[in-house]
Amino acid sequence: MEMSGANALVEALRREKTQVIFGLPGGQIMPVYDALYRMRDLPAEQRIRHVLARHEQTAAHMADGYARAIGRVGVCISTSGPGATNLVTGIATAFMDSSPIVAITGQVGRRFIGKDAFQETDIIGVATSVTKYTFQPRKASEIPQTVKAAFHIASTRRPGPVLIDLPRDVQQEAEVMEFTDRIIPKRYSPLPDPDPETVLRMVDALANAKAPIILAGGGVKISEASQELVALAELLMCPVATSLMGKGSIPEDHPLSVGVMGMHGSSETNQLVAKADVLLVVGSRLSDRTTGNASKFCANNSILHIDTDKAEIGKNKVPTISLASDAKKALKAIHAGLSTRLGEGRELDPFRRAKDELNLEGLKKDGPYLSAVRVVRLLRKLLPRETILTTEVGQNQMWCAVHFQAYGPRQFITSGGLGTMGFGFPAALGAKVACPSAPVVDIAGDGSFAMTENALATSVEERIPVTVVILNNRMLGMVAQWHRMFYGRRYFGVELGKSPCFPKLAEAYGAVGVEVRDYKELGNAVKDALISEVTTVIDVPISPEENATPMLAPGAGLEEVAIA
Amino acid sequence: MISSQEEVIINVLVDHKPGVLHKVSNLFRRRAFNISNVAIGTSEKDQVARMTLTMRGGEADAIQLVKHLENLVDVIKAEIVDAGKAVVRELALVKLAPKPEDRLQILSFVDVYRARIVHLSDDSIIVEASGDSDKVNAFIELSRGFGLKEAARTGITALSRETRSNGSQENGVGW
Repeated sequence: MEMSGANALVEALRREKTQVIFGLPGGQIMPVYDALYRMRDLPAEQRIRHVLARHEQTAAHMADGYARAIGRVGVCISTSGPGATNLVTGIATAFMDSSPIVAITGQVGRRFIGKDAFQETDIIGVATSVTKYTFQPRKASEIPQTVKAAFHIASTRRPGPVLIDLPRDVQQEAEVMEFTDRIIPKRYSPLPDPDPETVLRMVDALANAKAPIILAGGGVKISEASQELVALAELLMCPVATSLMGKGSIPEDHPLSVGVMGMHGSSETNQLVAKADVLLVVGSRLSDRTTGNASKFCANNSILHIDTDKAEIGKNKVPTISLASDAKKALKAIHAGLSTRLGEGRELDPFRRAKDELNLEGLKKDGPYLSAVRVVRLLRKLLPRETILTTEVGQNQMWCAVHFQAYGPRQFITSGGLGTMGFGFPAALGAKVACPSAPVVDIAGDGSFAMTENALATSVEERIPVTVVILNNRMLGMVAQWHRMFYGRRYFGVELGKSPCFPKLAEAYGAVGVEVRDYKELGNAVKDALISEVTTVIDVPISPEENATPMLAPGAGLEEVAIA
Repeated sequence: MISSQEEVIINVLVDHKPGVLHKVSNLFRRRAFNISNVAIGTSEKDQVARMTLTMRGGEADAIQLVKHLENLVDVIKAEIVDAGKAVVRELALVKLAPKPEDRLQILSFVDVYRARIVHLSDDSIIVEASGDSDKVNAFIELSRGFGLKEAARTGITALSRETRSNGSQENGVGW
């Protein structure tokens, strides 16, 4: 069958069951946009929806949010040059958090490559460090195979972004296309089953442990191993801490959940990890934000490390026993081994969280400000259980990590590794497209929200209603907090002032904007927002002095006293 | 040149296609591995190129680098070469502009090093020397006394003496 490269791309995307792509057109990707236009001849259910971004960075974050919410490959698309470089922050964000996206960029025609043509950027060179793989088909007939391989690489093993750079004339060239399910490279294959001998050694270590603890990372969510995680924890009757990326891998109201550990984790949780004799790490790369000072981390206890990426094992911390395996398979195998070893009668060493007595009626504010911690806890009470929460980056993110319990693995979406301000709002839009019936809420800071606020236009025009709650301290709050804690209050470059007025900004885009003055108004605004057909931006004034605590000083070990 | 850290040789089989060198070399740079030598050429298979890397650092660093290399889609296989069980060679071309009275002596040291004179003219000599790095280093040092003008080295390439290498397997595990 002869067709153009652009039509082949669209056909290949349809064969991958792509339902939506997030993007922004420009000169070098126009043949693909023309092919998208031609889909209007197809029945509605066979078309791919195109969501128009207002900046390519938000298109990448939308694809990423979509992928994280539903566990399928998210697709974003842009033109060459600045369009492609604008995608890069979003691609890097997905890379650091192992999120499967396929980014498609236009490129100048083959004969212009390397000539510094208008809007030419060597995006392969730029993106190599932040992608799992890159493709640049040099013939139209390579496109079907390229798309097949790109989706396969993006979504398997440790997922991550894959970039397809398409020269304009390759999009236009008509060639005989062969659509096949054969994947190249063939040797890129799923992991083998967990090595039984290593599983047995881990089983031994856990069976003999006096105070074991599990650290669940983002890999547990990616591998959809939450059930297996909870089953193993219940068998061992041991607490489960998570990294920020692992938050929600165990429902946080489960009696064995002790929440997020690390730099902003609660002291109790960090102490539990520090004092455990055996730490089972599943699908976490043990980043510096999770372990605190790595050389002091678990210096006296055994670390059993399971990760699907063997390069993560021993990279930041050398484990006692390691297993390169998919989390789900490994947890199942360990559970099977342990269940014959552990008798009945294991008792839960109780770790009971102080019961959350917060009640809406009793909340009063101090002075002109609401408390961010109370707002976040109140939101948890007000929002339905199935809510998907996204966060921005900084204090808002840490307040949510500590105070907003996540009940499911795909219900807490945050830029953990790269820490990309401006991620939460477009990611919320992507999540809403993926899960239209779930309430989607972005808890934001004023600094972060301002970075991608133009996605309000996308949200309104494409009818993707979400709720944004801005914890507005008119500061780059986390940097200001560091100024207070470590720089003698020498504020520099952190005071944002009164601009913009976020509710008015929201109204200007055709969204709903609300400024709330107390907790009751917040409650009402959230109730309205949840049933609104357009996006609602709720502006909550909080104190510029409120810290996101507890916090370990950089370089401190887990067991050290946190700043409260 | 002399480093207190040990040198580790890593053999990497990669797909022989455009862009692979960039992806592999980008990995060293971005993960801050200290690579002192890279030699690339074809292997016994048309579609497969062999890269031989020399890395400064300890065994643990080398193991970590191998794991990162095997995560690259284009890498078929990466393994640490046990220098004691491998043939390790490097080739150098050395251009000399000796004084006339030294010419004869050059012939004799070329012979001692089992090097070869591959170009000879009135004012210059090019010598081809090969061997392990120590031998090539020594040869170049000696050449300094005989009007060394330029030296070009291929970098180390190595093959294990064993017919079946142990260590890392095909790129089946990773990511």
